[in-house]
Amino acid sequence: MLEIKGLKVDLEDEDKTILKGVDLTVEAGKVHAIMGPNGSGKSTLSYVLSGRDGYEVTCGTATLEGEDILGMEPEERAAAGLFLAFQYPVEIPGVGNMTFMRTALNAQRKARGQDEISAADFLKLVREKAATLEMSNDMLKRPVNVGFSGGEKKRNEILQMAVLEPKMCILDETDSGLDVDAMKLVSQGVNALRDAGRGFLVITHYQRLLDHIKPDVVHIMSDGRIVKTGGPELALEVEKNGYADIKAEVA
Amino acid sequence: MALPQAKQDATEARLAALSLPDASGWTKAPREDALARLRAAGLPHRRDEYWKFTRPDTLVDAEVPKAAVFESDETQVFDDVDRLSIVFRDGVFDAEASDDLSLEGVKIDRLAEAGKADIHWAKDLYGTLETNGQTPVARPLATLNTAAATDGVLIHVTGKASKPINLIYHHESETSDAILHHVIKLDAGAELTVLENGPAAARFNKVMEVDVADTAAFNHVRTQGRDHERRAVTHIFARLGRESAFKSFTMTANGVLTRNECVIELTGDDAIAHVAGACVGDGDFHHDDTVFITHDAENCESRQVFKKVLRNGATGVFQGKILVKEGAQKTDGYQISQSLLLDGDSEFLAKPELEIYADDVACSHGSTSGAIDEEALFYLRARGVPKSIATDLLTLAFLAEAVEEIEDEGLRDGIVERLEGWLVRRRG
Repeated sequence: MLEIKGLKVDLEDEDKTILKGVDLTVEAGKVHAIMGPNGSGKSTLSYVLSGRDGYEVTCGTATLEGEDILGMEPEERAAAGLFLAFQYPVEIPGVGNMTFMRTALNAQRKARGQDEISAADFLKLVREKAATLEMSNDMLKRPVNVGFSGGEKKRNEILQMAVLEPKMCILDETDSGLDVDAMKLVSQGVNALRDAGRGFLVITHYQRLLDHIKPDVVHIMSDGRIVKTGGPELALEVEKNGYADIKAEVA
Repeated sequence: MALPQAKQDATEARLAALSLPDASGWTKAPREDALARLRAAGLPHRRDEYWKFTRPDTLVDAEVPKAAVFESDETQVFDDVDRLSIVFRDGVFDAEASDDLSLEGVKIDRLAEAGKADIHWAKDLYGTLETNGQTPVARPLATLNTAAATDGVLIHVTGKASKPINLIYHHESETSDAILHHVIKLDAGAELTVLENGPAAARFNKVMEVDVADTAAFNHVRTQGRDHERRAVTHIFARLGRESAFKSFTMTANGVLTRNECVIELTGDDAIAHVAGACVGDGDFHHDDTVFITHDAENCESRQVFKKVLRNGATGVFQGKILVKEGAQKTDGYQISQSLLLDGDSEFLAKPELEIYADDVACSHGSTSGAIDEEALFYLRARGVPKSIATDLLTLAFLAEAVEEIEDEGLRDGIVERLEGWLVRRRG
């Protein structure tokens, strides 16, 4: 599904290398987790994959179902099936949540040569998905993320994911700012989307999210590289011993 | 202080180029008075403080700068509204295209004809609010208008008007120089909505005096047309009685030069005045909103909400003042003026002012100028919305606070549609 090879990335405005050669393959139907200390490059990886400005790829490739995504505009990557659940979802005053999601869905459908979804069908779709995330009508009507609590913003991210049905989902520290109840809701939302045709890359600092979203593979990232890969037990090891041991072991 | 020679010359040259209307009956006195006041004040000069951000030259010149007529097969913005239409072509009344000037609860006359009547209700109002509005800042182009207006409508509202009055201004000659003066009087408890649209003329000078009596409500929604080369200077002078309401919204798209002045005096307690504007300019576009609101009664509320979208070197100006007089306690004054600069060539100049002589008031003002929010733009694009559409969505969102000042949903939707159309036509 998602294949990253030898990816090296610099910050555009500073002479600083963040990713120093990342190799990673996420297969369809699998959930991969990336854990790592602050500053290891986890979020940078998610931004580079989604096409945010400010980064320069100096080396390596990233493909989605064999297609090179690094040369694409952010909207083209989205239409190709890539989705990033933001660590800090953006508030957009003046743009209604429903208008936003419908515009996004129809733009993606148009880019893929599909017909636009009707207003009635869209409403039905959103209501159904919102119900499972316990999102009120009011939250759907309000401007995008405006006045939402941290947990509501994250639920809104998962709602967009459910509505847009991407092939490859990247979750960037979706657990940050969530209380236990919100974490459960968000995890349920993610788990409901697990499917043989869909890949997940879950970026997290803590193991606790992985209690709810059970990964198939866990990677440890440190200083711009993936330094260790293992099964779910690797996450537990980090939880118990911290990152220092692994860093020492790799060094 | 004697008028500088240059001003005196410019004023006389302008007057000489005008054919002053034959003032008969009751209009004679206010017109003559205006002429004398104009000669004393002189027309604006670019060194005048009040014209610091906008060069008045082409609004003052004796000769009209040519303005090409913009051909469009688009329907007019208020065509779907059930309304009474009054049509002017280059400032000349078109009886054929207008509806009968009769509406329940409303008495409508034309200025050009009302002068013949010896006594007319407008006698006490024509030029009066304009004169009041000359202090503390002179507005000589409005005085010129009172002296020289060739026509206009005089609207006396005694009850709740059954439908809006739509003043439609067509522009057909590339050298037209139209001067119209409307007077609107709302009796206690009366209600009226006035709609205005169209580019009007190559150069348009319009004054609207609105007297809103106790508990009356006046609504105003206007669009200033798409013609790129047109010029306009407009003034609204409004006086508000107790518990009355005045709400005005203007959308401006294109126009090489527009100066919209709005002068409101809250004279009765518990009155509200809202004035808002959304303008979109591309290239050779200069738009100036100049607002002066005087609170002279207790517990009144005023709001000014102005948003400007500027691209390709367009210029936006905002001069807004809230003056709270002694004794105008519990005043609630709000003023915001913002511009969205879509490129580095465009410019926004703002001069927000508060002057307060009462001690128990809440007044706030803010003015900002900025580019599209890159974070929001990326968020939209990351969800699959192409950059051009995402930019338009954010631009409309920026304008929304001003557009939401229009209370009527149908009118509001109509304006949003126009703004959207303007943006879509400019998509890369």
